[in-house]
Amino acid sequence: MKVKYFAWVRERIGKAEETIEPPADIRTVGELIDWLAARDDAYAYAFEKPRVIRAAIDHAHVRQDAAISGAREIAFFPPMTGG
Amino acid sequence: MTAIATIRIQEADFDIAQEIAAIGKDRTDIGAVVSFTGICRGSENGEPIAALTLEHYPGMAETEIRRHVEEAMSRWPLSGLTVVHRVGCITPGENIVLVVTASQHRQAAFQAAEFLMDYLKTSAPFWKREESARGSSWIEARDHDDAAAARWTKS
Repeated sequence: MKVKYFAWVRERIGKAEETIEPPADIRTVGELIDWLAARDDAYAYAFEKPRVIRAAIDHAHVRQDAAISGAREIAFFPPMTGG
Repeated sequence: MTAIATIRIQEADFDIAQEIAAIGKDRTDIGAVVSFTGICRGSENGEPIAALTLEHYPGMAETEIRRHVEEAMSRWPLSGLTVVHRVGCITPGENIVLVVTASQHRQAAFQAAEFLMDYLKTSAPFWKREESARGSSWIEARDHDDAAAARWTKS
């Protein structure tokens, strides 16, 4: 699946998007955050406060208990500050 | 006539008078037009800022705005609705966002404009970074913006 990062999540990880293949036992958005955070220091820094992180699956906001199966694109970003 | 919705995300500035004129062009059923313009302030928490950089999530930003535009059209009897949101570098005094709502009567136009702005602040995927003498930092979301959006939730 494709993963996209925005704002300070993108800056901390050092990339805007990538393709990942999480193991089958990673079922929810929250579990995916934990799995990504364990990759290295940059990911750990980006996801150091997992509850602050917002997520979207295929352009729709989701909660962290949402299932990731079937997702084409998952995005992680801070709370929004537009308008 | 049915409501016409215009949604644009762009780097370029917009002309408020032109957008208002466009919403009422060739129709006589509109009795009220409300416009809201968000403008880049020259200071944030008392500190002067040089510029804002607005980042967005292409694709999702349009989808999310359209979702709220459709909700506004289902909740109020609107004749037209325009949302323009700028991205990229914006300096103090420049426009950031425009919402124009048109209806037969003022109440629907006022309420729909406020509803859309409250939701643009909290659920449209845009992020502001401020550039100042102290460097560059991401603006933090405000709790009162969440509270403003929450009051539109139907109980």
